[in-house]
Amino acid sequence: MSENTKSTLKLSGLEPLIVTPQSNFVNVGERTNVTGSRAFLRMIKEGDFEAALAVARDQVEGGAQIIDINMDEGMIDGKEAMVKFLNLIASEPDISRVPIMIDSSKWEIIEAGLKCIQGKGIVNSISLKEGEENFISQAKKVKRYGAAVIVMAFDEKGQADSYERRIEICKRSYDILVDVVHFAKEDIIFDPNIFPVATGMEEHNNNAVDFFRATKWIRENLPGAHVSGGVSNVSFSFRGNDKMRESMHSAFLYHAIQNGMDMGIVNPAMLEVYSDIDKELLIFVEDVLLNRRPDATERLLEYAETVKGDGKKREIDLSWRNVPVNERLAHALVKGIVEFIDEDVEECRHQFSRPIEVIEGPLMDGMNIVGDLFGSGKMFLPQVVKSARVMKKAVAYLLPFIEAEKDGVRSFSGKVLMATVKGDVHDIGKNIVGVVLGCNNYEVIDLGVMVPFDKIIQTAIDEKVDVIGLSGLITPSLDEMVTMAKEMERANLTIPLMIGGATTSKVHTAVKIEQNYTKGQTVHVLDASRAVTVVESLLGQKKDAFVEELKVEYTRVREHHEKHRGAKQLLSLAEARKNKFAINWKQEDCIQPAKLGLTKFEDYPLSELVDYIDWTPFFQTWELHGRFPNILSDEVVGNEATKLYADAQQMLKQIIDQKWLKAKAVVGLFPANSVGDDIEIYSNESPKTILNIQHSLRQQTKKTAGQPNIALSDFIAPKDTLVEDYIGGFVVTTGLGIEEHIQRFEKDHDDYNSILLKALADRLAEAFAEKLHEIVRTDLWGYDKNEKLSNLELINESYLGIRPAPGYPACPDHTEKTGLFKLLNATELTGVSLTESLAMMPTSSVSGWYFAHKEAKYFGLGKITEEQVADIAARKNSSFEKMERWLSSVIH
Amino acid sequence: MKTIQELLKTRILILDGAMGTMIQRHKLEEEDFRRGWFENHDKSLKGNNDLLSLTRPEIIKEIHRKYFEAGADIAETNTFSGTWIAQADYGLEKYVYDINFQSAKIAKEVAAEFTALNPDKPRFVAGSIGPTNRTASISPDVNDPGFRGISFDELVDAYKNQVNALMDGGVDILLVETVFDTLNAKAALFAIDVVYEERKIQLPIMVSGTITDQSGRTLTGQTTEAFLISMSHMPLLTIGLNCALGASMMRPYLQILNQKASFGVSAHPNAGLPNEFGKYDETPEIMADQIKEFLDEGLVNIIGGCCGTTPEHIRAIAELAANYKPREIL
Repeated sequence: MSENTKSTLKLSGLEPLIVTPQSNFVNVGERTNVTGSRAFLRMIKEGDFEAALAVARDQVEGGAQIIDINMDEGMIDGKEAMVKFLNLIASEPDISRVPIMIDSSKWEIIEAGLKCIQGKGIVNSISLKEGEENFISQAKKVKRYGAAVIVMAFDEKGQADSYERRIEICKRSYDILVDVVHFAKEDIIFDPNIFPVATGMEEHNNNAVDFFRATKWIRENLPGAHVSGGVSNVSFSFRGNDKMRESMHSAFLYHAIQNGMDMGIVNPAMLEVYSDIDKELLIFVEDVLLNRRPDATERLLEYAETVKGDGKKREIDLSWRNVPVNERLAHALVKGIVEFIDEDVEECRHQFSRPIEVIEGPLMDGMNIVGDLFGSGKMFLPQVVKSARVMKKAVAYLLPFIEAEKDGVRSFSGKVLMATVKGDVHDIGKNIVGVVLGCNNYEVIDLGVMVPFDKIIQTAIDEKVDVIGLSGLITPSLDEMVTMAKEMERANLTIPLMIGGATTSKVHTAVKIEQNYTKGQTVHVLDASRAVTVVESLLGQKKDAFVEELKVEYTRVREHHEKHRGAKQLLSLAEARKNKFAINWKQEDCIQPAKLGLTKFEDYPLSELVDYIDWTPFFQTWELHGRFPNILSDEVVGNEATKLYADAQQMLKQIIDQKWLKAKAVVGLFPANSVGDDIEIYSNESPKTILNIQHSLRQQTKKTAGQPNIALSDFIAPKDTLVEDYIGGFVVTTGLGIEEHIQRFEKDHDDYNSILLKALADRLAEAFAEKLHEIVRTDLWGYDKNEKLSNLELINESYLGIRPAPGYPACPDHTEKTGLFKLLNATELTGVSLTESLAMMPTSSVSGWYFAHKEAKYFGLGKITEEQVADIAARKNSSFEKMERWLSSVIH
Repeated sequence: MKTIQELLKTRILILDGAMGTMIQRHKLEEEDFRRGWFENHDKSLKGNNDLLSLTRPEIIKEIHRKYFEAGADIAETNTFSGTWIAQADYGLEKYVYDINFQSAKIAKEVAAEFTALNPDKPRFVAGSIGPTNRTASISPDVNDPGFRGISFDELVDAYKNQVNALMDGGVDILLVETVFDTLNAKAALFAIDVVYEERKIQLPIMVSGTITDQSGRTLTGQTTEAFLISMSHMPLLTIGLNCALGASMMRPYLQILNQKASFGVSAHPNAGLPNEFGKYDETPEIMADQIKEFLDEGLVNIIGGCCGTTPEHIRAIAELAANYKPREIL
């Protein structure tokens, strides 16, 4: 078991913290430190322990895996404050769940602290400063109290300030701890002194390099030992210039981690994403850190002058402020500028007799320009959404004035009700359509997500809406839309019904929905840009002709579908099974996972996911089509794509720095064998018990000679081969915490940022799934330990093994999620739950199976027969009707 | 004769069952708790079971004998409350040395009898070190969460006295048990380490925690794994769980110890949960059936019983365990 290797540092609060050699950097919260935080010092001095506890809680919630507590201040009784604070923390489970680092330069404070913590914490720190005898006595006590220890590179002669002194002192300390005190090697953590660089003094030039080298030496020569340090020291000479400091911390950490530093006291708010550091700045910073040239400090100082404060200031062209107010409003709308909207609207309001006329006049004129530009392909979706933000703000400003008047009613072109159907939680597309319609003077009533049909129908009647728009992303939502159509028919409605969302299609709308609603017209809307045209046609004077055209078109689609269906040959299930994907099973191809059972990722650093983001689908969300990064220089959408990308990068930085989102995951790896088309998943113990049976579906399309009819179970060794095989499952989410920010944006009428955030959260979830799969391949399962793939190779799925997700082409059966979630205890461990339609909440979540065999590959199931539906219903102990409903989109 | 460490590799060892349950069968009165020692003590002493090692040693010896007859390899001394902290409620702080010394001595005498009868099955005595009736991590005053009713230093002092007396009395093992507050147990381990250094002897140490309910945590909120990590700084003979839960409810947490512990694993569950009269009514057969699951899964090295268990329970468990190999210690 990897957890029990000798260099595994195990700590505990109420919960364990395991630091393996493969672990990511352990982040120690630093704010509960009177020497580092003036605010915290004030709280302790004033005896405001409630506030002090809130600081500690904040840090843990913010992702600190350990909290450092320091009460070393001349004006307070450090020992008393330490004891009181630790005792109070003990009664706060949401703080005391993490291990404590007792930080003091006074032994008596450390010892008093050790007497208060039930978990295994860390002493920060002891050293040879006062000689061996003292060091041994303190180390012995630390061991007796059951704590790990940080050892400073400090001896009788002073603090180590060169590479040689660092390794000399660390080696000596280590030998004493191991040979004399019998201290557990893995419980020793060295702090080889992080000193400032770029101080202007030549002897400091090699400070960072010496630290890196010493770190590397320690990790290579002192088995088991770990390395930690206080990172903010390094940028001491740039106090007051946060931008510089953030970049320096990040670059320093990058190199320190590369050299083996695995723990550190870091303020996450003072950390730039390494890959986001301005390339030019990074060169200057790394020149200094790595002491690459004699004039490195001067060059960095010069550069620092230009990036003081919040970084480079851009010149903003404000000449448009000089034109008449109508034109200014149009400009603001087209360019999406919100800064001056309130004052412009206020100015404009005085030019009209009634406030409503501002909307109907200049604002609508501006929006018409936007609509025209969008309609003619000269503006793109991200810009339109920004325009909508300006419009909404303007309207919000005017609303009180309009309401103050009698009959101050705005006249809209029509009223559209939007909803994501019952059981589904995906709403990016729906929100975009809502925004686009709003821009075109339609009044949009948005009922949100998971809306039951009766509520949609009742609202439509009460509000006298002109069109109903339904959205859904997962396949069970298709069925819900059919229900919706039937219910609208039953309620005698005649309101047109729009269908949209990723899994919807013209074919499905024509074949399954349209004929169920004869009293009104159903229409499939391919993307947001078509929504306005469709609504205009449905409500305009040419409605009859439009509807007639639709009916002809949908009838044609149905007939074509019927014909096609007849033409397509499907094999019987028995024939398909005979033509399975045959693997010559050998035990050596089925590698036993390094770590069987569940592995939980509690708060995975988002910064590590950035490189794994596949940006192409992000641009698709915004209806900008093209592959990343070429899309940024695309002739047509390049400009807008670049702006959107910049906004996305900026928000991504905020998401990471300010911890808007929390990434959690669980991976489970289990012994497994296939039995027919089922996969039996076993417990890791003998005798094996069956934990879950995964039921896979088999392709039934008639294949050309030599091509198999695949089911996922073909990738797992059949039980009768006696080969011991394995399977994995995972659930990841990056959607925890998103609601608060979405609400903040929506309150500010800011659909642009709201949609941007959701789209980014989705990308992060996919990136997390990608990263996790890599961790599984190279470590947890470890069947491909030497893999080195670029991001592009990852996106192109060049890795060994696959991770099909229930609800996607290889495994369209959403009901498999129930078993997967149970197997992984996923809802409890990740906070992701399943709706009645088995959509995952939060939406930015991904789940799936891992198959490791080298021949395993992705495939699409295609259509299946009712015979197979009956078969899987029996295997699942479910009814035919139920499975027919879940699988309706793949049944022939 | 084989050491306990050696035996632990060859078979599952049996710890005895409840002391209190067996004492209850004797329907003892106040005078039984005073006889010859505390005739004129000013506080009621009935229920202070540890005193019986002094006042009715023949009863305690008979209980040890019954458990050894049932197949126990290890008997626990009658010293669960043998600290000055626990005895303070009775005003008997001064007698903790006698309680521990005599309890160890009589248990050791019975063990020697049985070892002499069958040297192939040596019997051991574990000095029982209870949690005391105070918690170092929780305030007894809800309005003052920073307050503590006992300090770490006081606990260390109390445990040092107990450990010294148990060792003087001749115990083979020290058993820190029914740990509901890990900080108390850390104080016990601290005291043991100090005493070992002073006496230059190291006896094997067993630690056994108590998971209070289905949340899988100790009373002071630690998960099983966090508890294990917090106790791992000493080279333990075993880490395990006892009390609070019956055998089947204990199983998921033993699985965690089985997976994560680099020491032996022990379990001495209750005979189920107490019924509405505070009695434990799982029969030996029911309990053995549940314990069979631990054994099938290979979870333990030492197994015994806590509240409500009797020699009949231990016999059933011992007969069952004889058919199984012990858990492999990493």
